[in-house]
Amino acid sequence: MRPASESDGALMSEPLHFHFDVNGDDFTSAGEASVQVKKLLRQLDVAPELIRRISIAMYEGEINMVIHAHGGDADVFIAEDEVTIRLRDDGPGIPDVEKAMSEGYSTAPDNIRALGFGAGMGLPNMKRYSDSLTIDSLVGKGTTITMVFRF
Amino acid sequence: MKISRVVEVLDAKVLAGEGGLDQEVRSACGSDMMSDVLAYVKDQGLLLSGLMNPQVVRTAMMMDMHCIVFVRGKQPSEEILRLAEAADIAVLSTELTMYMSCGRLYEAGLGK
Repeated sequence: MRPASESDGALMSEPLHFHFDVNGDDFTSAGEASVQVKKLLRQLDVAPELIRRISIAMYEGEINMVIHAHGGDADVFIAEDEVTIRLRDDGPGIPDVEKAMSEGYSTAPDNIRALGFGAGMGLPNMKRYSDSLTIDSLVGKGTTITMVFRF
Repeated sequence: MKISRVVEVLDAKVLAGEGGLDQEVRSACGSDMMSDVLAYVKDQGLLLSGLMNPQVVRTAMMMDMHCIVFVRGKQPSEEILRLAEAADIAVLSTELTMYMSCGRLYEAGLGK
């Protein structure tokens, strides 16, 4: 984790920006960025229920990036009244976003299911726990997902 | 229910987080599918699972859970125990099956 912008600690005219590399090589390490963000939000005294929503949604996103896209970048912006999480990858893209958003639909391989994921709940969970979710995906190029959480 | 009582009810071994056995859990969730835990769990402080990988601990962390019980006598790896210890999550292991574990805890009043 590295802070991409400095703050004097006061909340906060400029949003705080944190950048994470999501390593796509190792499924066991997936979720490390979400754990960091959770700690960070605790330090900033964000309400526990909101922290839980944010960290679950980001964790699902991180898992997706590792399963489908060989990792990517995560950027977290913390402003006075909202948190924005942007997940960007150079993976295969999502051919049918509407289908991908439906509960229970998954293209995850069997080995991932054996690890407890791939129930087709990732994107639906991200939508459920965020206040807004935008998917910008191009087949063969990659996917950017932006989630906003309002305080 | 205190986690120490869970240990008794399930005849479980404590593998990590010995210091947290005084914590209270109000309900529990039994699943091998972490996606479902992330989707449906609300305020269950205890996760029962037969799944053996570090994502079980991360899932518990995300859900603010205090305790993981590995059922069917499974032995988690050192890595799993280290992660849980660092997150102040107690890790138990019981020889009982998932069905029996959930049944005993429910009968003892957890989540009733």
